[in-house]
Amino acid sequence: MSGKPVPEPTPDTQPFWDGCARGQLMLQRCRACGKPYFYPRPVCPACGSTDVEWFAASGRATLYSYVINHRPAPGFEADAPYAIAVVELAEGPRMMTNIVGVPNTPEDLVLDMALEVTFEPRGDISLPVFAPAGRAHAS
Amino acid sequence: MTATTGVIIAGAAETDALGKLPDKSTLQLHLEAAVNAVADAGLTLRDIDGLATVSAPGPVQVAHALGITPTYLDGTAVGGTSFLLHVRHAAAAIRAGYARTVLITHGESGRSRVGTAPFPRGGGSSIPGQFEAPYGTMGPTTAFTIPVLRYMKEYGLTHEQLAYVAVAQRKWAARNPRAMFRDLITVDDVLASRVVAWPFHLLECCLVTDGGGALVVTSADRAGEFRKPAVHVLGTGEASEAPMISQLADFTESRAFRLAGQAAFAEAGIAAADVRHLMIYDAFAHVPIYGLEALGFTAKGEAGAFIAAGNTEPGGRLPLNTNGGGLSYTHTGMYGMFAIQEGVRQVRGEAAAQVPDADISVVLGNGGMFATAGVLVLGREGR
Repeated sequence: MSGKPVPEPTPDTQPFWDGCARGQLMLQRCRACGKPYFYPRPVCPACGSTDVEWFAASGRATLYSYVINHRPAPGFEADAPYAIAVVELAEGPRMMTNIVGVPNTPEDLVLDMALEVTFEPRGDISLPVFAPAGRAHAS
Repeated sequence: MTATTGVIIAGAAETDALGKLPDKSTLQLHLEAAVNAVADAGLTLRDIDGLATVSAPGPVQVAHALGITPTYLDGTAVGGTSFLLHVRHAAAAIRAGYARTVLITHGESGRSRVGTAPFPRGGGSSIPGQFEAPYGTMGPTTAFTIPVLRYMKEYGLTHEQLAYVAVAQRKWAARNPRAMFRDLITVDDVLASRVVAWPFHLLECCLVTDGGGALVVTSADRAGEFRKPAVHVLGTGEASEAPMISQLADFTESRAFRLAGQAAFAEAGIAAADVRHLMIYDAFAHVPIYGLEALGFTAKGEAGAFIAAGNTEPGGRLPLNTNGGGLSYTHTGMYGMFAIQEGVRQVRGEAAAQVPDADISVVLGNGGMFATAGVLVLGREGR
C-alpha cells in the first residue's frame, strides 16, 4: 500500500489487533468494577484491579470531535484534507480514528452523528475506522 | 520574610537573540542562556551546584560543558512545561539541602534543527504509535487542536473569538522589540490565513523558532545578595492527564491545568483576584481559553468572550501573554521557559510591555498536548 504508519502490536495489545483481523472491535472491561476501557492495558484505570477481560464492542459510536488536516502526514498525501477524529464508543471509551464513507468537510462531519466501525487493510493489520451508521460497507 | 516555597529566582535571561539562528546549535543555545542567567544574578558558574534541563542534551551534557559538578540533577522531560517543574523540584531540593543554587536551562534549535535530535516519530509499537499515528497525525498541529470543536459546540465559542486570541496577543507583541511578529492583525486577517487543521488557521498556531533561556533558583534567605530584586516563588503545582489527546477525560477542559493551578494557588495562599499578570502557554489559540477557565479567571465557557472583550490585551484588567506569547513572540518547541522569563521580567518591572503593579504573576505551562501542566506563582515580596 502506501507509506502510512502501520501499528506494531505488542503483547498487551495483540488481542485488540487480533480482533480487528476478525472484524471485531475488542475492548477491555474490569471484572471488579465493571468499567470498560481503551487503550489496551493490564490494569483497570478506574479501580486499579488487574482482574480484567476482553470483550467485543458493538462497533457503534458517535463523533466526539475532529480536525480536518490540510498538511498531510507522510503517506496521506492523496487523502488531504482529511479528518483526524475522536469517536465516543457506545460502551463509553473514546478512540482516535479516521472517518470514511462521507466527505471530510465541516458540513458533512457533524458532531454527535452516529457512526459504526469498519476495517481497512494497513500492511498486515486491519485498522479500525468509522463510517456513518448504515454506510460502513458502502465506503 | 520568606517565600512560601522558600526559594527565589535570582537570575533569569534568554539567549542574546531569538528567531532564526542557524549559526547556533542546541547546546550552544543552552550554554549562552546559562551564562546570561548566571551573569544576571551576579554570580559565576562556580556558584552553581544543581542543574536541571530536559533530556537531549540533558543535565549531564549541559553541566559538563559548563564545568559544573552538580550535587543535584533533574532531567524531568514532560514537554514544554518541564522548566516549571524544574523550578518546583529545585525548591524541594534546596529545602532538603541537596543543592544551594540550581541552574535551569533551555535551548532548542526548533526551527533550524542544528545539533538537535530528529523529530520523534512515535514508533509503530508505542501506544501512540499504535492508536494515533496510523490515523495521519503529524505533530501537535493535528492533535492538540482536536478538542476545540467539541468546546465550540458545548459552549458556543465562535471562530471569530478563537481568532481574536491571536489578535489580542499581537497587540502585546507590537510593544515588544524582541517579538518575531509585531504588525497588528485583525480577526479577518486570522480567518483569511491558510487553513492548517480546520478550524485552525496559520495565525492561530504558534511560531517555530530557535532560542533559549535559563534561570538561577536559590533559597529565599539570600534574597538581598543578587544584582536584581529577587522574584519570590510563592507557589508551585504540577499535574498530568493523558499521553494521547484522544484520552482526555473531557475535551472542554484540561484537568492537568486545573490541578496544577489549584496546587500552586493553595501553596501561595492566593486567589485569582490577587493576580496582576498572567502567562498561559499558547501553542495554539484555544490553549489560553482552556487555561483561563482552568485557573478560575472566568467561568466555564466564558473565556473566549472575555478575551474578545479586551480584558487580556493592553489596557485590560488581566494582562495575558504580554511578551506576545508563542503565537507572536517565540516558540522553540518547549515554550515554558519563555513564559517564566516574561513573568520574571514583569515582577521585576523590566518587561518591554510593562504592566503596572505586577506584584503577583502566574505562569501556566503546558506539556505535550494537555498531557502535563506546571504552574508557578511569582511575587515581588515573600510571604
